[in-house]
Amino acid sequence: MKKTIITVVGKDTVGIIARVCTYLADNRINILDIAQTIVQGYFNMMMVVDTSGGTKEHGDMADDLAKLGEEIGVIIKCQKEEIFDKMHRI
Amino acid sequence: MINIYEVVETNNMIEKENLDVRTITMGISLLDCIDSDLAKVKQKIYDKIYEAAKDLVKVGEEISEEYGIPIVNKRISVTPIALVGGAACKTEADFAELAETLDEVAHKVGVNFIGGYSALVSKGMTKADELLIRSIPQALAKTERVCSSVNLGSTRTGINMDAVRLMGEIVKQTAEYTKEEDSLGCAKLVVFCNAPDDNPFMAGAFHGITEADKIINVGVSGPGVVKTALQKVRGESFEVLCETIKKTAFKVTRVGQLVAKEASRMLGVPFGIVDLSLAPTPAVGDSVADILCEMGLEYAGAPGTTAALALLNDQVKKGGVMASSYVGGLSGAFIPVSEDRGMIEAVTQGALTLEKLEAMTCVCSVGLDMIAIPGDVKAAAISGIIADEMAIGMVNQKTTAVRIIPVIGKGVGETVEFGGLLGYAPIMPVNRFSCDAFISREGRIPAPIHSFKN
Repeated sequence: MKKTIITVVGKDTVGIIARVCTYLADNRINILDIAQTIVQGYFNMMMVVDTSGGTKEHGDMADDLAKLGEEIGVIIKCQKEEIFDKMHRI
Repeated sequence: MINIYEVVETNNMIEKENLDVRTITMGISLLDCIDSDLAKVKQKIYDKIYEAAKDLVKVGEEISEEYGIPIVNKRISVTPIALVGGAACKTEADFAELAETLDEVAHKVGVNFIGGYSALVSKGMTKADELLIRSIPQALAKTERVCSSVNLGSTRTGINMDAVRLMGEIVKQTAEYTKEEDSLGCAKLVVFCNAPDDNPFMAGAFHGITEADKIINVGVSGPGVVKTALQKVRGESFEVLCETIKKTAFKVTRVGQLVAKEASRMLGVPFGIVDLSLAPTPAVGDSVADILCEMGLEYAGAPGTTAALALLNDQVKKGGVMASSYVGGLSGAFIPVSEDRGMIEAVTQGALTLEKLEAMTCVCSVGLDMIAIPGDVKAAAISGIIADEMAIGMVNQKTTAVRIIPVIGKGVGETVEFGGLLGYAPIMPVNRFSCDAFISREGRIPAPIHSFKN
């Protein structure tokens, strides 16, 4: 399993999760977990996804999602899970 | 599984608090490039560096994209060139040609600095060492990306005062040779006591002779992250203060360890060390001085500064050591003046003097760094400043360094702009009393009594 964390930060609006999920489904990327919260007035969403069955390279997926974010008016980032795991787990 | 608050914390560190990996530095041994024919040495150096480091920048960018962490610099350090060029170089100009080769290959592979135009002369100088040192002004004037360093002393050998005297003159000459650019050459020249073999940070990086053929060293940073963490514990006890720094340093260093291992794997080059330094930049919120202020000082340089810095340096090491399998380099808190907005402000306000900076170097990780002084300060006075700093390193068994810039044509009250990561600095006054008779003595200062440990 190759886990990637997708984060979405910005003003809440209709259809953010739907648009991101549609992209992931189209590219055969499986969602393992979704969480969301409001931090300092901003909508924050985190998705843990498994990219091992996906059709896209990490860089392409990151570019596509960043572009999708621009369309919706939010910031979407894709990062491999290890950076969070290493920082917060001994 | 990772939760959303941890993800938000990490991304805030990166986006708002300037967390980054400051440098991936590939150390490359050039010992197998030695030849008595200068043209052949140049070709071998070029080929070896190009072959080893051609993918370094690309790999750095890939890692940066995958983990969403900026990797600011990709750099190279090489075996001290005095050793590599000794057999072929008969003149200063011969050595300067090797500097040009290093510059050329640095441009070709896309790294922004290449370190190792260096000599290790802590006890004595060979003919090649002296030629290299004398060639430094022209080498730095002719090149853009080459960094030079000279180790002048160590706890085990004492201080080579002949080399200290010579370096005072070389620093002045380098300033003269690059006076059109505000003596920028001196920003790429550093002298050391107890220089580490595996330092990834410039200008002092070189690939020591104790090292393997190739190695990946990583320097982390993150003063802004520490400052933000301390904002949440204002007024708390020293215990809470220290624990907060330790935990933050752990997190920052873990990122460095991850990047180092990944770079090592992708490049097929062994992982050397993580240098867990707090290295500031001139960017807002990326200042070590601001951490000292957050601890409770009005400005860096106020009474209590040395104690605050000692605490910071020690806690950074304690937190960072457990986060990495191998820690090395300089590791601790850097206190450059021109590269740290809080330090610049402290100097401008009159809170921070050269003498206080010297005291701070007893407890920080390196030494007097990126300090602009008037261009008319005599070479002997610069040697005196260097000798003082070397003595601190020798007696305290720590690395100390001097990177000082006599700005030709400028005096106290004026400002000098180096640009980019090198920043800008107000020119600081230097004690005007003479040390000429002391510096003109020949020979070396013997090693201190506590060096005899056998």
